[in-house]
Amino acid sequence: MTETQQKAKCITLKGSAELVTQYLLYGVNSILYQRGIYPPETFQPSEHFGLYIFTSTDDKITSFLNTVLGQVQEWLIQRKVHKITLVITNVNTKEVLEKWDFKVDYEDQKTNGINSNVKADLSEVETKDMKTIQKEIREVIRQITGTVSFLPLLDCLCSFDILTYTVPDCDIPNQWDETQPVFIANSQEVQLRSFSTSIHKMDTVVSYKNT
Amino acid sequence: MSHLRFMKELNNLTRMDETIKGPTPRWQKKCMETSNLSINLSLNSSKKITSNSFTSSATGKTPTKRSDCKTKKTPSKSTRKSPSRVTPAKTPNGGDRFIPSRATTNFELSHYKILQQQNEQNGDKANISPTKREMQRLMGENLHGGDINNIRVLSYQVKAPAPPEGYQNPLKVLYSQTKTPASARASTRYIPQAADRILDAPEIIDDYYLNLVDWSTSNILAVGLGADVYLWNAGTGTIEQLFELDANDYVCSVAWIQEGPCLAVGTTEGNTELWDCSQMRRMRVMNGHTSRVGSLAWNSHILTSGSRLGKIVHHDVRQRDHLISTINAHAQEVCGLKWSLDGQYLASGGNDNMLHIWQSITGRNSSQPIYSFNQHQAAVKALAWCPWQNNVLASGGGACLNAIDTKSQVCALLWSGNYKEIISGHGYAQNQVTIWKYPSMTKVTDLIGHTSRVLHLAMSPDGTTVLSAGADETLRLWKCFQMDPHKKKESSDIKSVASRLKQSIR
Repeated sequence: MTETQQKAKCITLKGSAELVTQYLLYGVNSILYQRGIYPPETFQPSEHFGLYIFTSTDDKITSFLNTVLGQVQEWLIQRKVHKITLVITNVNTKEVLEKWDFKVDYEDQKTNGINSNVKADLSEVETKDMKTIQKEIREVIRQITGTVSFLPLLDCLCSFDILTYTVPDCDIPNQWDETQPVFIANSQEVQLRSFSTSIHKMDTVVSYKNT
Repeated sequence: MSHLRFMKELNNLTRMDETIKGPTPRWQKKCMETSNLSINLSLNSSKKITSNSFTSSATGKTPTKRSDCKTKKTPSKSTRKSPSRVTPAKTPNGGDRFIPSRATTNFELSHYKILQQQNEQNGDKANISPTKREMQRLMGENLHGGDINNIRVLSYQVKAPAPPEGYQNPLKVLYSQTKTPASARASTRYIPQAADRILDAPEIIDDYYLNLVDWSTSNILAVGLGADVYLWNAGTGTIEQLFELDANDYVCSVAWIQEGPCLAVGTTEGNTELWDCSQMRRMRVMNGHTSRVGSLAWNSHILTSGSRLGKIVHHDVRQRDHLISTINAHAQEVCGLKWSLDGQYLASGGNDNMLHIWQSITGRNSSQPIYSFNQHQAAVKALAWCPWQNNVLASGGGACLNAIDTKSQVCALLWSGNYKEIISGHGYAQNQVTIWKYPSMTKVTDLIGHTSRVLHLAMSPDGTTVLSAGADETLRLWKCFQMDPHKKKESSDIKSVASRLKQSIR
């Protein structure tokens, strides 16, 4: 096996973090579109992971997402982030109406006996076919689209925020601050599919107010 | 068992009080209390559950709210035992010269905090039972998705912008449309096939291009008959003649303002007259057209008129120079003119078979239509905006209605908010009034009675009765949208209040 072939089949820690960040970006964008939080005119369709995904064209939203997710990507590489939460709140009452949890597991940390000897020499390179990963991501995003059918209508002006749950020794970057975790009283949770890049495992859970 | 322990605690407390003579400083008392292990123990176990809420959320629930603080851990609470109660000068609420106001201090919380701190120093965390600690940990994990002490929650401080003001979730349509199945109720409703009442309308001009009937919100119907305008009070049944024009003139259009007794009348000379119908006098005459004014529409203080030459003029009725703008809208006579209920858009239909939608920008009205539709095969007279969906317009012209072939001329259109239906007035061959279901556009029923084409339609302010004016010189009242008695109280009145508000804000 030549080296190039091997490269094509491998996924590095960096690449995995990038993939996870992309999933977050398009996942968040499609949530914003599907849940009708911003006017649909401000979204543009584009193809990612073999799906047409609506992404926001609003400068403020895109720059917010890029900054936050850029930082998240860094933390993913450093294994500092546990969970990313998209919080949807009522603008007027500040009540949390919906919460999307993206839980990150670092798979190679729990050394399972199957390929521990492989890990010894390629500690940050894993072999999983890119196509399989993309297929898994595609399925999760399809499920996000499908959630519209059961989630309650957000019948008010809503805004969103992204919280990151990190390890306690994580240093706080400029313009970031510590906040409180959010809860939804009397909530209902739905676990969506999960995908794995064989380095990061991503669980997506939506919780919403039970009406 | 617990009962016995409680007794023991009480004994301990009373014993302690006996040994203390006179008012001791509070901090000393606290020290003594902490030395008393049994109190400590019970306190600790009863309070430990709350420790999580203290550290994780800043809501500041005080322990006083808890019902389980019967162990009397602060001296201020106990009425019998504390020496501070005996000497009124030392009451915690009174204050002294060092601490003027003690009302703002939460003694019980601070006492508890001190105790907790000492406990931690003593390292007697082992006092809580392992099962309890396990439960706390599980509760925390369930709520936070992990041990909260090992997690830092961070967020970027420059937040994403909120959606634009007034934006409504477009999914609302998706949710609300399924709620009322449109076709379910239609078949069960009884619609009287005969007209409820028939009024005489002598000399009503059989001209498709005029708009001679309007029903006001104060339940007064204005009808233009030849050169006269008559007012029929639908509540009392009285008929008044408003005025009579000169010999050769005739009334071309009538339109009530949304609120109040003001009636606009378009004449053959091209003038638009404003009448105050409560005092039966003319308020002003506004020129602007050189040909007859066949259509009128109000948008709060803006009166829009359309003439035979295809011009649309916006008048501001409050100003001396009432002309705001003149648009050469249509190549031929403007016969249909309607403002949308939110006052954002004006729909105009003309004899040139065109239907234009104009946008109203507050203050000025643009001279280019935002939409033009040329699908109609004949003059577009019948226009009606949907009362429950701001962006839906029904238009009828010639023999076509929303891509449904009605097989006869469509003269007038109305929406019924009560039943989500459209009612249309038709000409040859049956001269019927037809009710259609929206959005399925299935025919509900035909109301047959007119012997000549139905020129105009008007709906009563309560939405139950439809008046049709036919070229056979009769006005027929159809009670076709009678509300169910048990669902009468529904939101129809609320809706009208909301729209009124919207209009007054603009």
